[in-house]
Amino acid sequence: MGSLFDNLDVFWAGLRTTAALTGLSFMLALLIGVVLAACRVSPVRPLRAAAMFYVETVRNMPLTVHMLLAFFGWPKLGFRYSPFVTAVIVLAYYTGAFVGETIRAGINTVGRGQVEAARSIGLGFGKQLRLVVLPQALRSVVAPLGSLLSALVRNSAVAYTIAVLDIMGRSDRLITTTAKPLEVLIGAALTYYVLTIPIAFGINAVDRRQRIIR
Amino acid sequence: MKARWFRRFLLPVLAIAMVAASCGDDGGSTSTTPATTVAGPPQFAVGTTMATIQARGKMILGTKFDQPLFGLKNPTNNQVEGFDVEIGKIIARAIFGADGASKIDYQETTSKVREDAVKDGKVDIVVATYTINDARKQIIDFAGPYYVAGQDILVKKANTTITGVESLAGKKVCTVQGSTSLTNIQAKAPQADVSITFDKYSLCVEALKDGRVDAVTTDNIILLGFVNDDPTNLKLVNKPFTTEPYGIGVKKGDTAFRAFVNDTLEKAYADGSWKKAWDATAGKTGQAAPTPPPVNRYA
Repeated sequence: MGSLFDNLDVFWAGLRTTAALTGLSFMLALLIGVVLAACRVSPVRPLRAAAMFYVETVRNMPLTVHMLLAFFGWPKLGFRYSPFVTAVIVLAYYTGAFVGETIRAGINTVGRGQVEAARSIGLGFGKQLRLVVLPQALRSVVAPLGSLLSALVRNSAVAYTIAVLDIMGRSDRLITTTAKPLEVLIGAALTYYVLTIPIAFGINAVDRRQRIIR
Repeated sequence: MKARWFRRFLLPVLAIAMVAASCGDDGGSTSTTPATTVAGPPQFAVGTTMATIQARGKMILGTKFDQPLFGLKNPTNNQVEGFDVEIGKIIARAIFGADGASKIDYQETTSKVREDAVKDGKVDIVVATYTINDARKQIIDFAGPYYVAGQDILVKKANTTITGVESLAGKKVCTVQGSTSLTNIQAKAPQADVSITFDKYSLCVEALKDGRVDAVTTDNIILLGFVNDDPTNLKLVNKPFTTEPYGIGVKKGDTAFRAFVNDTLEKAYADGSWKKAWDATAGKTGQAAPTPPPVNRYA
């Protein structure tokens, strides 16, 4: 396993990039997801339709295809971003679709009585969501969102196809220079565990503390 | 009665037969001798390979069927076309005379089988993007080289700053992860930025067109294929910085035949037929014919 231990700095560099990729994408995905969920439950029909169109289009195409299409397609439309930025945007809008659906499910678990009470004290749709529904909905979906975060860490590996130097990207190049694919890939797997296992434990802990037991 | 039958039936048939006989498949070679006399087929000493091939009436040429611009079987007309094929035709004409190109029997020789094809006499010569190296010289002999392939650089047509491997410092160069092209470029241009790599050259070329990288590097014959697809936007720097001399494989020890092929190549360099062969095939990409490499008549 010499190649693995000799190149810990390479895996560490990759880990930093993957963490940055995941962190930025997830924050954007949360924003997109909240907006998407709000549109999905809004009383405005066109918004509901637009949100559903977005979710279905994004979810039903493989992430790899999204990534390659974006990387090679956007420059033709005039948008040329670096591999890293392209990957962040693609991962954000892709994960955002799933986050949106998760939050929507959370919104649906909030009792109808809450919404009626909010309306009866004069809150408009926006305020209903912001002050009454979402605080409860989001607390109920911490665990599913956590698993989406973990999935995002794993999905971020696709970014190596567009030359992003994340864990997989650096591992791919390491395989070339060391000619030891098995050792390098085991190293890559372990590096991903370093990210995903703490996330799993962390989400579990946060969820248990703030979960609303009805 | 008999005379009428002859005039109506046999005469037209005879006329058609004579016209058909005079239409060769070699671009209308006429049955009349032109004013400038074309010499008959060359004579060779008995026992030489050239004489054997001439007596057989066909030269068996081993070439590639899947290499664009050099040896590619055209699915629409089932003909093999390319620079290697044209070189083969030049050799055939040196054996058979002006109609030599129609006396070739094409055999597909993929990379792995080239030595065996020559050694076992399955083919007379191999012209198949065949790099000369010492390991192969243990098994067969090489005439030529007739072309030097090598690693080269592909840039956008408008690019004037990249003129060779020395001018790649600080530039973004794309190639395929794990290829010898990558190893070579890291050795010859250590200051080049090779952070963007993919698993196939076509993605590199796409990145070049999008302006993500400044250049793509690999063997010039692979790059020529891309220039061929998009000659208005792409060009080859045309300064190969590694050398892959392509030679003509002949049976080991057949010094007379090897000398003959070398003589034929040198004549083709001098009388312009080598350049014509290039212009008709790889030259269609817009890439000008390089200087023909001097043949290596090793002892």
